[in-house]
Amino acid sequence: MAVEVKELLPITQRHEELGLSDETVLQMYYHLLLSRRLDERCWVLQRQGRVPFHISGIAHEGIGVGAAYALRKGFDIVHPYYRDLALSIAMGMKPVEFMLALYGKKGDPHSAARQMPSHFSLRRLNIISGSSPVATQLPQAAGIALAEVLKQKLRPQLEAAGFRVSREMRVVLTSTGEGSTSEGDFHEALNWAGIYKLPLIVLVHNNQYAISVPVWKQMAVKRVADRAAAYGIHGAVCDGGNVLEVYQVVKEAVDRARAGEGTTLIEAVTYRWTPHSSDDDDRTYRTREEVEQGKLRDPLPRLRDYLYRRSLLTQRLEDELEERVRAEVDEAQRLAEEAPYPAPEEALAPVFATEDRSGWWGE
Amino acid sequence: MPEKTLIEAIREAIDEEMARDPRVFVVGEDVGPRGGVFRATMGLWQKYGEWRVIDSPLAELSIVAIGIGAALNGFRPICEIQFADFIHPAFNQIVNEAARFFYRSGGVYNVPMVIRAPYGGGISGGLYHSQSVEAFFAHVPGLKVVIPSNPYDAKGLLKAAIRDPNPVLFFEPKKGYRLIKGEVPDGDYIVPIGPAKVTREGSDLTVFAYGMMHYYALQAAEMVAKEGIDVEVVDLRTLAPVDKATILNSVKKTGKALIVYEDNLTLGYGAEVAAILAEEGFEYLDGPVMRLAGPDVPGVPFSPPMQDFFMPSPQKIAEAIRRLARY
Repeated sequence: MAVEVKELLPITQRHEELGLSDETVLQMYYHLLLSRRLDERCWVLQRQGRVPFHISGIAHEGIGVGAAYALRKGFDIVHPYYRDLALSIAMGMKPVEFMLALYGKKGDPHSAARQMPSHFSLRRLNIISGSSPVATQLPQAAGIALAEVLKQKLRPQLEAAGFRVSREMRVVLTSTGEGSTSEGDFHEALNWAGIYKLPLIVLVHNNQYAISVPVWKQMAVKRVADRAAAYGIHGAVCDGGNVLEVYQVVKEAVDRARAGEGTTLIEAVTYRWTPHSSDDDDRTYRTREEVEQGKLRDPLPRLRDYLYRRSLLTQRLEDELEERVRAEVDEAQRLAEEAPYPAPEEALAPVFATEDRSGWWGE
Repeated sequence: MPEKTLIEAIREAIDEEMARDPRVFVVGEDVGPRGGVFRATMGLWQKYGEWRVIDSPLAELSIVAIGIGAALNGFRPICEIQFADFIHPAFNQIVNEAARFFYRSGGVYNVPMVIRAPYGGGISGGLYHSQSVEAFFAHVPGLKVVIPSNPYDAKGLLKAAIRDPNPVLFFEPKKGYRLIKGEVPDGDYIVPIGPAKVTREGSDLTVFAYGMMHYYALQAAEMVAKEGIDVEVVDLRTLAPVDKATILNSVKKTGKALIVYEDNLTLGYGAEVAAILAEEGFEYLDGPVMRLAGPDVPGVPFSPPMQDFFMPSPQKIAEAIRRLARY
């Protein structure tokens, strides 16, 4: 691991100094907890043989929740990757919407049960469909952001033609793992981002491993964020286990992007203590001691500890939240299990669109 | 009607669509002040400005990926890949991304974009300025693949491609850019994506072709007409989706089929036309389905005699027609 951790690190920020209300920071805790319990249930269901596959966002929730709260929900645009369960939950995805995808059932709103689970796509939340080859979403996100610049530059022509352009630019946030930063797509995306000062945030979840390959075999530089200098964009590092720090750093990047000051490459450091996916066995490439140490980055107990210290959480409230989350996950599972499968021939369509529904116009 | 070259017709289509719809923009290498290496966008940067005619960094993957993103966010990008030979770095973005977006999102996210690329040999381009890449993409559901053979179709099909809500690959026979001329109306019209066209009626056999090979096929048909062979020529125009009805109807009439393409022979587009005829037109056939194509070597060589050896020509097509007619 790039940074040695000996004990659970305390959160040193104060939420009110970041402009977050007591209610909001409690809501962040709820989203963190919901993501974690939903994720844990998916592992159980996979191990029980009830679903074929799960790829987890455990240990990534601090990044997802922190980032989601820094965005303007329903306005900004997200092009996520497969560890963004918590980001999607915090943006507004319902647990059943994930469970339907997990089971490959009819009504899966992400891909109509075509893609493997964790390929998040929800139009109403401005979450855009991704594929499995990594980093492909990055240059696309640059294109989405370029369109935001074009809207502002071409406002008179567009509005004359009946297209409403928002007063401010939408910020585009795309995320990926540190392994994906080795792809050419990463380079090309950041190159465009720098040239055109795109309203873009590239959020790299550095969980130390790309399946089995450790970060020091991905790059010779110490930090992913160091690469920002090569593209003339901002670079920032944050502790992915500290949801308030993630919020702070992403919020600064959002404000810069919205103000036309360009792209930020953010590296959020975490440690993936689950296997890569339900098909992986991480005992083949790392020690249990290392994994135990990695768990000290866990965002959940760190936020819980913070809330207790700030007297925002009590045992009773914590128990209530756990109970509420368990009921939500139970209900999502039940609905997904009861849902029918798609008809086999639904595999045949839709291949081609017959009408255009692209674009985010207006406010 | 005014006569225009293929490249003029293409430029006119882009210009008119940009004037008609402010969401249409061009992105690619050297498309700006230079107007493109083949001058397809000549004058457009001066007319529409740098935000609608964008000189990209030298990076094909992201020319396409930027286009995908802009399309998702409401624009109508026309991505220019300078030569079809350079499209391969963007293969993943085209095949895994643009083609699959609509299906993989259950019909939620469509990608209305055009990828233009000059293709084909016979221009002293060697291995990397001569390739025909259509078969790779015509294989992929979710992509439309269009190849015009004449200026009229080029303008009408390109306009249809720009207005299509799906990703369309538009391959242009670059040898014909200034060689092929034809009547092109000023102003707006559409040639729909999909239908093939019988461009010469005949009764003895059918030659199926597209792009430059269609131009040569018409010449070959005239050559053998003097010998009493009455050839029908079909311009396939849209390779995906394929127009099976026109293919089958023509062979129903003539009983014989020759498919001409300048790509490598094996698993080229002609293989699919042959398979359609074998499966669905077997009872119409009075002879073997024949293919005339480039040899199965890794590229069109630079040296003139080797290049000529590689490329199908009107003479080679005429010879293949004679062989098939004799059968």
